[in-house]
Parts: sequence; structure tokens; C-alpha cells
Amino acid sequence: MSFKKIAGAVAVAGALVAAGAVPGQAATLDDVKAAGTLKCGINTGLPGFAYTDDAGNWTGFDVAYCRAMAAAVLGDANAISFVNLTGKTRFPALASGEIDVLSRNTTWTYSRDVDLGFTFVGVNYYDGQGFIGRTALGISSATELDGASVCIQTGTTTELNLADFFRVNGITYEPVPIETNAEARAAYEAERCDVYTTDASGLAATKTTFDDPSAHMVFPEIVSKEPLGPLVRQGDDQWADIARWTLNALITAEELGVTQANVEEMAAAAGDHPEINRMLGTEGSLGEMLGLDAQWAVRAIAAEGNYAEIFDRYIGPDSPLGLGRGLNALYTDGGILYSPPFR
Amino acid sequence: MSERPAPPRGGGFDISRAWTDERARGVIFQILIVLGVAGLAAFIVINTITNLREAGLSSGYGFLFDTANFDINQRLLDYASTSTYGQAFVVGALNTILVAVMGIIAATVIGFVTGVLRLSNNFLVSRIVGVWVEFTRNVPVLLQIIFWWLIMLALPRVKDSISIGDAAFLNNRGIFLPSPVFEDGSAIVLAMILIGVIGAVLVGRWARKRQEATGRTFPVGWVGLGLIVGIPVIVYVALGQPLDFDIPEKKRFNLKGGFNITPELIALWLALSTYTGAFISEIVRGGILSVSKGQTEAAGALGLRRGLTMRKIILPQALRVIIPPMTSQYLNLTKNSSLAVAIGYQDIVSIGDTILNQSGQALEVISLYMAFYLVLSLLTSAFMNWYNKRIALVER
Repeated sequence: MSFKKIAGAVAVAGALVAAGAVPGQAATLDDVKAAGTLKCGINTGLPGFAYTDDAGNWTGFDVAYCRAMAAAVLGDANAISFVNLTGKTRFPALASGEIDVLSRNTTWTYSRDVDLGFTFVGVNYYDGQGFIGRTALGISSATELDGASVCIQTGTTTELNLADFFRVNGITYEPVPIETNAEARAAYEAERCDVYTTDASGLAATKTTFDDPSAHMVFPEIVSKEPLGPLVRQGDDQWADIARWTLNALITAEELGVTQANVEEMAAAAGDHPEINRMLGTEGSLGEMLGLDAQWAVRAIAAEGNYAEIFDRYIGPDSPLGLGRGLNALYTDGGILYSPPFR
Repeated sequence: MSERPAPPRGGGFDISRAWTDERARGVIFQILIVLGVAGLAAFIVINTITNLREAGLSSGYGFLFDTANFDINQRLLDYASTSTYGQAFVVGALNTILVAVMGIIAATVIGFVTGVLRLSNNFLVSRIVGVWVEFTRNVPVLLQIIFWWLIMLALPRVKDSISIGDAAFLNNRGIFLPSPVFEDGSAIVLAMILIGVIGAVLVGRWARKRQEATGRTFPVGWVGLGLIVGIPVIVYVALGQPLDFDIPEKKRFNLKGGFNITPELIALWLALSTYTGAFISEIVRGGILSVSKGQTEAAGALGLRRGLTMRKIILPQALRVIIPPMTSQYLNLTKNSSLAVAIGYQDIVSIGDTILNQSGQALEVISLYMAFYLVLSLLTSAFMNWYNKRIALVER
């Protein structure tokens, strides 16, 4: 046996031990039901998307999706064990079965979908990469950044987009790649870098944490498409369907006017709207097809409300982040949010 | 291992007696162990391959030829975002080697100086060094790395850079030094330096031989300095200073031009060399204490000065005790450099993690880390063993 082979074998052994159980192809749904909790992978902390409230509970836009899913599958929006993951640890955690679903502002890309063996179940936030810098720099566009130092989080698509952006514009920069959002932000605040780059939503979130937010500005350039959404392991189609249609239920609920306040009432008896009836289980047997009961979507919506309610509560115009709906409005309101029908 | 009494021979090999025969039993155990290890390895490999295939994941090292698409801020080789993952790995490996070599040199100097100072008769000096050693080696190295990094970040900003003669600058984005630009004739100066180094070595040899033969000493240090620095400087001036410097210049965002040492490298280097230096300090102290006091007294009786006693009598003997444990400190320092990822120094692990994340080839990337650190450690050990043999007591 050559050295290389031995090293390889040891590495393999180490990785397997680290991963614990080998991921099964079998029904994730059964595993989740048996465990009684949904293992949901979330950010290590990003205002608006995943953060702890005053009582120490995880909450936010990405967390709300976990709660809807736990409610749909287990009947309890709190039956979740949260696993905090960095940009680097998220994929091995999902691949190894450490988590059941990843809801951590993750960009849906070709290679992640095809090569890494994951299934993206939809888009819950259409984002794009931007730059934030001090207004004192006196520049108005990211194309004027020739020679600047740029802080980035490692292991993200932003690192790649950044290289592309500067290459295409023929300007130079010094990348300062840092592991977590918090440390990258600290480096930016200490002026180790001139600008910080991440998804525009993340920039808005980060800006709220600065001592003097008005001293910083987000540049107008959006340099990439970043469709963020939840994902699951490839190979368990039933589980992927549950994840996909939980998200679709929240979007459809907004479209049809089903809210956290009125969902119970609407589900009590069949109403006039056939699609609402089908979704809430008062007509047909959509829940059974998914391997769940008829009330699954009712619980998902009751957990934190429909898409609009979740959006407004955590990241909308009246929240500290103050993000507009923009592309994330329903297709009927000029956005591109569009759920296939419940039929 | 000493020779064992040979088992009774003759009468041929009796299979039923195999268990009572010491040598046969040894062979049987060896075979069983080899089979066990091979079986375990085969199980691990087959299990992994099966699982990778079931999960629909590709494997192999072909991804190393794919385009990396990300940038690296400190590169000792030409590298751009259009280079391959394999090239990125090499750049990362060189960054690790750079900080490891710098760290080993600094840690050794720090260790030797503080180790000797700790044995000083001056109460204040030995106490201060003692407190420093205990503090430094008992605080986790990761915290020390972040501590030094935060100190670097607390330096003045770019626009308030500390300037040294308007040529070198210090700010929270690192140290900016003028970089040499070689013009016609500079090759002659470089050649003179090389000739000076060779000359100094030859003079040193000659001086040692002469001292062994006649007992007369020769000022090798001064002559060597003259050969290596003095003559090239004269030649440099005579040729009309054929060396120019690219001086860092303030641009809109950063200093441009010259040579930049990043704050991450400085922080990592300081943290690793002081942390490991504290351990080496204790090793040096132990080594010196292991040399019997009689040696010092004998040297004193012969009229040798204290410094000379330390250099010529004590340290050469202490080195034999110092070198072996020092090797493991060097290995520790090299491996601790992988903590660089916390502050964004792009060493092999930091870059490898990015590659891992972009390509998804976790097992392959981790196996490359292991192979790299293994080779680096074995090379360090081999060098130190060679050195240890060289300085070992020559028994006559």
C-alpha cells in the first residue's frame, strides 16, 4: 500500500466517523417522525433571517420555514433541533444526514443541484450580490473600486461572483476572505477592507448592526443572480416533495388570502374556493399523497403565517431590515413569486 | 532488539507444536494483524465508494484541473481566478510553508534567548521571562492568533499610515515595503554577494583548522561581514547604483506598488512563534540544566569568559538534549498554522476549504491535506534527525 493510499483510507475513515451514520436513501419522513424532531440547518446568525430573540429562541425568515415544515410533518412548530452552520459546513452536514433540511440563505446553482447531490425545493428569496462601503469613500459605483480591499465570507458563491465582477470590469482588488459573517463584518468595521460584499439582503441585515448605519451605503450594482431557497438530499423524492409543497403552500396562502389568523376558520369547513379547500384538506386527499394527513398545510400556515406575513415580520419594510418585496412580490403584484397550483 | 535464544531446531517443523514455538507464534500473530488491518482498510474503502455512488456523488482527483474562479490575496506563484484548483492548492501549500518556516526561525530565536534569560542570575529578568512563558504556553493558540490579529486591525488606517522615511508604511492592512527593481549591472552585485558568502564559508573553515592546529583564533565574524556586505556595497556604488526601488504609493483605497505583508500573515507569525517559542524556551532551559555544573566551573578555571562558556561549552552539549523535543515543537507549529482560517490567512486549509465548498469533493480535499502535512512533517523530522546525528557526541 502506498502512502497516498494509506492517507486516503485514513481520510475516508475520518470523514465517515465525523459524519456518523451513513446517509440512508430510505424515507427521511419516517426518520423524522421516529425522532420526533426536525433537524433544520440554519445560519450561525444573520439579522432578519436567522437570529435569537429576547428569550433565546431562534427566529427569522429562514427559521420560519423550518417551523412551517415541522408543523406540517410533526404537528408542532417547535419540534425542531436547530443546527447552526457556516457557509463551509452546511453542505457536508446535509450530505451526511446531520440535518434533514437546509434553510440557510443558500444560492441555488447548477453544480450544487447536480454535482453535490442535493435537491433545491424552490426559491424563497430572489437575491443578488451587492457591495456596501463608507459614504466617506466618495464613490457611487462598485466599478470605481479599482485597488480596493474587499471583505468576503469564504465558501460562498459571492467569492466566485466577486472574482468574475472584477475580472469582467478589468479592475484589481485585494480579497480578504473570512470564515463567518460576524468576523468579516468586524474586519470591515476596523477598515481592514474598503467594502464588504454579500447578498443584498445580507447587506441590509448587516447595515442595521453598524453603530452609524447612515455612514455606510449599498452600491447600486447587483452583480449576480442569487435565488435563495431551502434544499434537501437528493434521492428521497417524497421528502423533497414535502419540503417543496410546504414552501408552495405558504406562497399560495398569500395568493389566496389565507392567513395565520383565518386559516383555522377556513379549514373548519369547506368553503367556496376549491383550491383553498384542496390545500387545507377539506376537499380531496392531497395530504395523503404526500404521506401526511389532510391538515398538514393548515398547520404549516398556522405556524408563522403565509409568505407575506413571514416576509413582513422579519425582513419587510417595517422591520429593521426594511427590505421591499421587489422581485419577491407575487406574480400578480409585479414580482416573480409563483407557486404551481394545488390540484 | 537483543538476540533471543534460538528455538530448538532439528526434527523438522511440527504443525501441532506451532503454538508452543515462539517464532511460529510470532509469525501467526503478524499474519493475523496484517489481515485485520487490510480487512479494515478494505471495508472502509469499499463502504465509502458504495455510499458515494449511492448518494450520486462523483469522486476522484480530476476536479483539480477545473477552473478555480476565486482569487487569493497572497501568492508566491502566479495565480489568477482563471487558474485551476490544483494551482490554488499549490499557492496555499506555499503560504503554509512560508508561515511555518518564518515561525520556526522566530520561535527558535525567541526560545533560545528566553531560555537562557530564564536562567539569568538577575531575579527580575528570570521572573519576567518565567511569567511570560507560563502565560504564553497556557493560553490556547487560537486565542493568541485572534489577539494579534485584533492588534493588527487596531493599527492606524490607510490614510493615517505610519511612514518610515516615506518608503515603508505600516497600517492596519499590513506592512508595505519598497520592492527592488533590478537594472543592468545588478547581476554583478548579486554575484558579488554570492561570492562573498562562499568566501566567508571558506574563511571560516580555514580559521577553524588553524585554531585546531595552533590554538590561535581569527575574527571570522568581521571578515565574513566585510566579504558579504562590504565588497558588494562598494561594487554597487562603483557601478552607479544599478538597483532601483518600487516605493509604495498612496492611491485612492490602498497603497499601491512595493511589497505588501498582510496583517493576517504578521498576526499568525507572531502568535505561532511566541506560542511555540515559550515551549522551546522550557526545552532550552532543561537542556542547559542537564549539563553538569562542573563543566561551567572547569571552563571558568581555564579562564573562559561567561559568554564563551555558554557558546562553546554548555550549548553544544545541551543541544543533544534539546534537538529531539524541538522537532516535535516544529511539527506542532506547522500543524497549528492551519488555525489561520480563523483570521483569513489563505493557507492550504483555508484555500482547500474553499475548494471543498465549491467542488464538493470533501474526501479528496481532506486526503490532500493529510498527504501534505504528512510529507511536510516527515521532511522536517528527517532534517532534524540528520542534524541531531551531526551534533551527536562523537565517541572516540
